[in-house]
Amino acid sequence: METAVAEKYRTVIGLEFHVQLLTRSKMFCACSAQYAANPPNTVVCPVCLGLPGALPVINEKVIECIVMTGMALNCAIPEFAKFDRKNYPYPDLPKGYQISQYDLPFCIEGHLTLDEEGGGRTIGITRVHQEEDTAKSTHVTADSGERYSLVDFNRSGVPLMEVVTEPDIASPEEAAAFGRKLRQIVRYLGISTGNMEDGAMRCDANISVWPADAPTGNIKVEVKNMNSFRAVERALRYEQERQTRILESGADTRVTETRGWVETSGETVSQRTKEEAHDYRYFPEPDLPPLELAREWVDAVREQLPELPAAKKQRFMSEYDLSAYDAGLLTQSRELADYFEAAALRAKSAKAVANWMSRNLLRRLNESDTELSDCKIAPDALGELVLLIESGAISNRTAQEVFDAMFDTGKSAQAIVAEQGLGQISDEDALEEIAAKVIAENPAAVQDFKQGKKRAVGFLVGQVMKATRGKANPGIVNQKLQAMLRRV
Amino acid sequence: MAENQAEDAAITRAEVRHVANLARLALSAEEEARFQQQLSGVFAHFQQLSALDTERIPPTAQVIPLKNVMRPDAVAPSLAAADVLANAPEREGDQFRVRAILDF
Amino acid sequence: MNLSALTVRKAQERLRGGDITSLELTEAVLARIEDVDETIQAYVTVTAERARAQARAADARRAQNGAGGDTGVPPLLGIPAAIKDVVSTKGVRTTCSSRILENYVPPYDATVMEKLNAQGSVLVGKTNMDEFAMGSSTEHSAFFPTRNPWDTERVPGGSSGGSAAAVAADEALFALGSDTGGSIRQPAALCGVVGMKPTYGRVSRYGLVAFASSLDQIGPLTKDVTDCAIVLAAICGHDLRDATSAPEPVPDWPEEMKRDVRGLRVGVPREYFGEGIDPAVEQAVRGAIAQLAALGVEVEDVSLPHTEHALATYYIIAPAEASANLARYDGIRYGYAAQDAATMWEAYSRTRGEGFGSEVKRRILIGAHALSSGYYDAYYLKAQKARTLIAADFEQAFTRVDAIVCPTSATVAFKIGERLDDPLSMYLSDLYTLPGNVAGLPGISLPCGLVDGLPVGLQFVGRPFDETTLLRLAYAYEQAGGTRYTPALSQGASHT
Ligand SMILES: [Mg+2]
Ligand SMILES: [Zn+2]
Repeated sequence: METAVAEKYRTVIGLEFHVQLLTRSKMFCACSAQYAANPPNTVVCPVCLGLPGALPVINEKVIECIVMTGMALNCAIPEFAKFDRKNYPYPDLPKGYQISQYDLPFCIEGHLTLDEEGGGRTIGITRVHQEEDTAKSTHVTADSGERYSLVDFNRSGVPLMEVVTEPDIASPEEAAAFGRKLRQIVRYLGISTGNMEDGAMRCDANISVWPADAPTGNIKVEVKNMNSFRAVERALRYEQERQTRILESGADTRVTETRGWVETSGETVSQRTKEEAHDYRYFPEPDLPPLELAREWVDAVREQLPELPAAKKQRFMSEYDLSAYDAGLLTQSRELADYFEAAALRAKSAKAVANWMSRNLLRRLNESDTELSDCKIAPDALGELVLLIESGAISNRTAQEVFDAMFDTGKSAQAIVAEQGLGQISDEDALEEIAAKVIAENPAAVQDFKQGKKRAVGFLVGQVMKATRGKANPGIVNQKLQAMLRRV
Repeated sequence: MAENQAEDAAITRAEVRHVANLARLALSAEEEARFQQQLSGVFAHFQQLSALDTERIPPTAQVIPLKNVMRPDAVAPSLAAADVLANAPEREGDQFRVRAILDF
Repeated sequence: MNLSALTVRKAQERLRGGDITSLELTEAVLARIEDVDETIQAYVTVTAERARAQARAADARRAQNGAGGDTGVPPLLGIPAAIKDVVSTKGVRTTCSSRILENYVPPYDATVMEKLNAQGSVLVGKTNMDEFAMGSSTEHSAFFPTRNPWDTERVPGGSSGGSAAAVAADEALFALGSDTGGSIRQPAALCGVVGMKPTYGRVSRYGLVAFASSLDQIGPLTKDVTDCAIVLAAICGHDLRDATSAPEPVPDWPEEMKRDVRGLRVGVPREYFGEGIDPAVEQAVRGAIAQLAALGVEVEDVSLPHTEHALATYYIIAPAEASANLARYDGIRYGYAAQDAATMWEAYSRTRGEGFGSEVKRRILIGAHALSSGYYDAYYLKAQKARTLIAADFEQAFTRVDAIVCPTSATVAFKIGERLDDPLSMYLSDLYTLPGNVAGLPGISLPCGLVDGLPVGLQFVGRPFDETTLLRLAYAYEQAGGTRYTPALSQGASHT
């Protein structure tokens, strides 16, 4: 968008995330919540199939997950929460209503501050509440041309958490940054895989562009079907530009619609609205008594909260003297941060460990498309490698070779050094012997040194290194040569 | 405001159609007419509640004073696949078959 | 005497004594059904073969327990039962007397069925009802109306009319029904049997096809009060699968009910004896109250001032909940599905339009309207507040009395068709029973006389979880004055 045009308008975005929770069982029944690998309709029971007479019972773990998320998002946790029925008949909704929360959700009025890279702004959180997932339908076109759908209820009743933001987000980039930040948090909490690609985390966005000087906008669009944060950003940018064009054209712009993002064509398309207006007719769920969250229970959940990314990043900067960049990088995920801390425990310099991780470990993992959990180098093995460098047992250059061997084989640094004879020669007598030999063999260089050409020392050090196939401790060699040359 | 709206309890034909649509109930013209008339009578009777002073009265959604009824997060066996599909009016393989779910 | 006319208690004694077998008892009941059900039409499904198999299994179990020794023999072992077709029975179709569930065979048992099966009770069949329990006459069954054994031109009441008629006509030794606004007590009254709606939360609703979730309860319909206590004890108890099930201890009612009633206080609500009550019914009920007084029960006048609002309150809350509860019938996973629909939404709407009967559609519309945007506060929320007031009335009364005594129904059984075209007059049939559901209280109905040859019901309503007091009062009254009223049909004459 041209800057001049861009400045005439403001973009207001609010997001809604649906996050699948990593519980053992479903929201209201004892079917496994790990449905994905199972054949269709094999992880269902009377409750999640909506059979007549079946009743829901709340999975207590879900409440804990939602309250933890609320705490991580700085929400208030009201004492009283209840469930409501949201009525909308649909083939993937076996009861014809969804058990959700209307006016008394578990978490309200929070906020989340984005990292500097994400713009650093604070985004308000309206609420975090409970929902249940729907069944999965597949659309089929038969050879005859007949179109129909197939429904698999395995996903029905899997616990969902909905996070709703205030319309505080001002750009597509910020929307994506918020999503990534939220994903990082749910992963830190260990309550969801947070994967957008397989639908474990879903994002709907409300976006409205309006003249910068107007109090509100006339175009209200809800964008759906975005399966990655990149898609969120692209879809919202597309929508931002489309709405701006409408405003620029001066058309009558009172529109409220739902549009779907089409990844392949890179555009949003209007989704034919249901024939009638939504009227969800929420009312209190009579099958479920309300919840009163005792303050002691809430406090106990708060106790269990892990250190969250922002706090961890700060701590890494102060405790380990890492740069903001490195601290941010190493706190990307809880696993990575834990790895770093375990490795740093073994080595003397945490900073050196951080460098090895950011320059080598992450690069190799990335190149080989390996998860940290599958990495063959255990954290203390990496720490040991750094320790070997620190103690002068191996040179930085050798360490690089050792690291690669460790990454490929999973052997310890010690073992690789011993096996391949890579240990650094720090034995002063041995080095003196080699140095003497090098001096004898290079009279020209010695001559240069005598004439004040200091660079000649470097050449001679190189010769010693060559003679030891790089294993000589270069510091000691340098020191020895200087002393010996003065004596010649 | 809502109270005002309800003051005239007579139900219009359009309102019958609207709620029938919300509830996904196909009604014949005869049914629409009959239900319009019957619902008007029933809601006229309900009007008597507006005389009740409920200003300070909390609503009762459930009569039983239970709270925090939950179950541990444990898995139990699901239904046998044959039982799941046994009542399906239409199926294809191990899935329920329905008319094309319109892409909205 | 035909074995099918036995009470549960009598049958227990004779089974225990070894002079009859469960198979003989079951055959007698099946023969009785064969004999009279063409007229009464209490059953939607008779499970004869299954019943015989269960009876044989019960006899084997009893034999295994040692002849004569009854330790460990459950009270309902080998006793034939009729179950309202709103209770989920594994492998036995459960229709709710609706076209939409006509061929639905549940893959699971309701908790009450698990309890009965564990005792070894024999399921003889599923009984007719008003569709989805919506009605007070069993005329709203999609299949056929059930007839009152006392006069087959009249309704048996409803919605548990099939269960009440089956017990009255000796087509089962006992039955289970469900009561959302009087659906056990009113048909019990109209058919001259004993029916109890337990306190909300007393009996698990798991497997009870929901009509109005905050009001529904399963309860027994029996030939006398003793049987009521036996069956109630068998089906009660906390159930982890029903979050609204109460973790309350279950008293030994067959013993507890025998405790002397002297000194118990009952309240007569003045609002229940106003306009609309049949004077002969009032007379019968007042006679019963006098008899109670003679037994040493203290009788007081009480007031339940919000009674006049109970009907509106109930007929907003129940349809509102029903409108959601019945949303699952979409013809996809089970049940009737409209054929040849062009689109998904046409299939949806036609399935429901064709699958549900008039009364069900009417209530879904009432409920959806009461919850819809713009009307919620005026109707649904208002009714919830009125519910608070109605419950408070009872609470207030129970500070002075131990139970409420009143008629179960304002009239005796009415003629088939009489109230069919006027929903409001039909709804008025439950005027004395639905406040108990609105407040979640236990209630029992038992016969207290005949008017024009038709039974009149006496009702006691009690404090939450105080079924004991109701059973004591009912048992004392039954012992003192109540005879068991037996319709002419039971003596062998078929009304055809
Ligand atoms: Mg949602
Ligand atoms: Zn399930």
